[in-house]
Amino acid sequence: MSDNLQLNAEGKLKHFLTIDGLSRELLTEILDTAESFAGVSEHQVKKVPLLRGKTIVNLFFENSTRTRTTFELAATRLSADVINMNIATSATSKGESLLDTIRNLESMFVDMFVVRHALSGAAHFIAQQTAPHISVINAGDGQHAHPTQAMLDMFTIRQLKPDFANLRVAIIGDILHSRVARSEIQALNTLGAAEVRVIAPKTLLPAHVQSLGVTVSHNLTEGLKDIDVVMMLRLQKERMSSALLPSESEYFKCFGLTEEKLKVAKPDAIVMHPGPINRGVEIESKVADGSQSVILKQVSNGIAVRMAVMAMAMQAAPAPGRSGGIHTIPGDKGVA
Amino acid sequence: MKIQINNGRIIDPANNIDRIGSVYIADGNIVSVSDEPVDFKPDNIINAENQIVCPGFIDLSTRLRDMGHSRKATFYSEVRAAASAGVTTLCLQPDTVPVIDTAAVVELVKELAEKAGYPQIYAIGALTQKLEGTELSSMLSLKQAGCIAVGNANRPVKNLLILRRAMEYAASHDVLLMFRPNDFWLGNNGCAHEGVISTRYGLPSIPEAAETIALAQCLELAELTGCRVHFGQLSCKRSVIKIHQAKKYGLKVSADVAIHQLHLTENDMTPFDSAYHVLPPLRTEADKQYLRQGLIGRTINSICSDHQPHDLDAKLGAFPETEPGISSLETLLPLMLKLVAEQAITLKQGIACLSANPARVLRLNSGALTPGFSADVCVFDPELDWQVNSENWKSQGVNTPFWGQTLKGRVTCTLQAGKIIYRA
Repeated sequence: MSDNLQLNAEGKLKHFLTIDGLSRELLTEILDTAESFAGVSEHQVKKVPLLRGKTIVNLFFENSTRTRTTFELAATRLSADVINMNIATSATSKGESLLDTIRNLESMFVDMFVVRHALSGAAHFIAQQTAPHISVINAGDGQHAHPTQAMLDMFTIRQLKPDFANLRVAIIGDILHSRVARSEIQALNTLGAAEVRVIAPKTLLPAHVQSLGVTVSHNLTEGLKDIDVVMMLRLQKERMSSALLPSESEYFKCFGLTEEKLKVAKPDAIVMHPGPINRGVEIESKVADGSQSVILKQVSNGIAVRMAVMAMAMQAAPAPGRSGGIHTIPGDKGVA
Repeated sequence: MKIQINNGRIIDPANNIDRIGSVYIADGNIVSVSDEPVDFKPDNIINAENQIVCPGFIDLSTRLRDMGHSRKATFYSEVRAAASAGVTTLCLQPDTVPVIDTAAVVELVKELAEKAGYPQIYAIGALTQKLEGTELSSMLSLKQAGCIAVGNANRPVKNLLILRRAMEYAASHDVLLMFRPNDFWLGNNGCAHEGVISTRYGLPSIPEAAETIALAQCLELAELTGCRVHFGQLSCKRSVIKIHQAKKYGLKVSADVAIHQLHLTENDMTPFDSAYHVLPPLRTEADKQYLRQGLIGRTINSICSDHQPHDLDAKLGAFPETEPGISSLETLLPLMLKLVAEQAITLKQGIACLSANPARVLRLNSGALTPGFSADVCVFDPELDWQVNSENWKSQGVNTPFWGQTLKGRVTCTLQAGKIIYRA
């Protein structure tokens, strides 16, 4: 399996699983398409008929409010029919395998899966196994990728600071467990950012983090120097119980973003956060709600970017065959 | 029954033989590998012209499933795979269901082996009861019932005190410990090497230290307790260095490596392809090179298959939730020959790593074509190309990253105790 799994024979985006392996041109195309959809939400009638008659299943194996809602809104604004499946409380808890869940939904003649799953590679697996006419959009898989989040952040950055070549971006917090961070780093590097810096204690950094194309700092105050974009990551509470951090308060003391620390960054630096935010843990309320914060802008941009990706993927997918969804496992005795 | 294997290139590392000749077998034993015995009238003549005749292979780590997992594979399916791969002796890991921790289960293994027509399956007994890592198994009873060694498969021993006592007890009865070094906690339920690839794909990772720390602890305990230890399935450079140092200081330990670790690295792993999900994980190019060096310097004296057949379902899913393991008996010989072709080892060394050396580890009177020894013989064509596909594959598990590839070298005939158990 290669990342080309995402592209159809013409090189168009059929599945959106990861930023990894996509070209700068393609990422720019996503941003430009999103630009064209950005106005739709402000119209009296907030709809375009692009995906009329298409069925999109939001397949969430992990809980999410914001991401699921913006995907749902995006699909609705494209005039698609949307079904929300919260598998976290459904089939798999009864022992059904991921593949069986997919097969069952395929049989209901769906056109697109928007998938969130707790394990890295789940979206790849579904894209590989599903019927050829179905597109898969990764809404976050394990610690691997969250490409639409990265693209909506690129969209937000481009609105405010269009020159990526002169951009220094700091990503702060739990890089190790963050699919958002991996996708952001890949997107920023593909779009040609001058520097991507990660700031975290060693316990929250992957062992070979430099190989992602970043510089590393363990000190927030030093690390924010010359930074144009400050990206904060959410700190999960369970990081304390698994001995990665001593306490929330010590984390806040070292890596929490305060007005004071933000002064080290460039005066016109923007502050981003994929949400949901932990006030007083990774970010101070004064900063989250302050003039440099673009957190709510990110949320509204999420709709346009997800509309763009869904529209592009649906255009690149072949028309459904006679059998609708059902097909057999490829290979003879197995591809294993 | 008399069998004559004619005009093959006989390579028998234990007896330092490499020449064209014939092997004479009578009543299940090797009679001669040089002169024709007087009045030898063979019932069966095997023409081995342009082929290699060597001792049957001895695999130090195998899982045949069955017992508890027969939907993955059975003794019947896997011994046919073994026979077709030139493997004449198998060591069965104890993590079957039920666990091999009583004499009765050892008897069951023997019975299943007999029924499958492949008696040379040796059970590795559990080091601790139910492999739970807390209470010692009845190692003496296990040994008397026929266990070739003891081990805890891939399960952790609860603490070093229990490991120390288990090793002392094993040493008291001169039982070999087969130990796969892995610190459970440092392993942290990982599924990939802690490196560039796991970082890029966000896969839960296993650092080298999970192996080397467990290895270092066990080496210290080997010295303390006098237990004979064989380290299985090493995966990294620093493990090779540690074993080398220990041997230099006179510790009686040995080690093996799984064949795929000598060929594959984390970079070969196409994203999320579960065929590459294996434990210990595929590591770096440097690790691979060091493992190869380890073979040359005899720090690692054996190559095992670490055969782990799976059903399709086990490998269908998001990478971390798929089951680790490669079905590897049938690729053992061609991948060993590939090492020879890449000039990593000589053919004689490669054969020794699969026969004479594991025999020495297990203290078996086999792994050589010595007159009087049981006639375990493998005849193979080193130049024959074959494709890994469903037509050629015998194992019930098709979980191999080599699926679809064309490999060089194929067994044409296998004899176990003088009986032909495979003929192409």
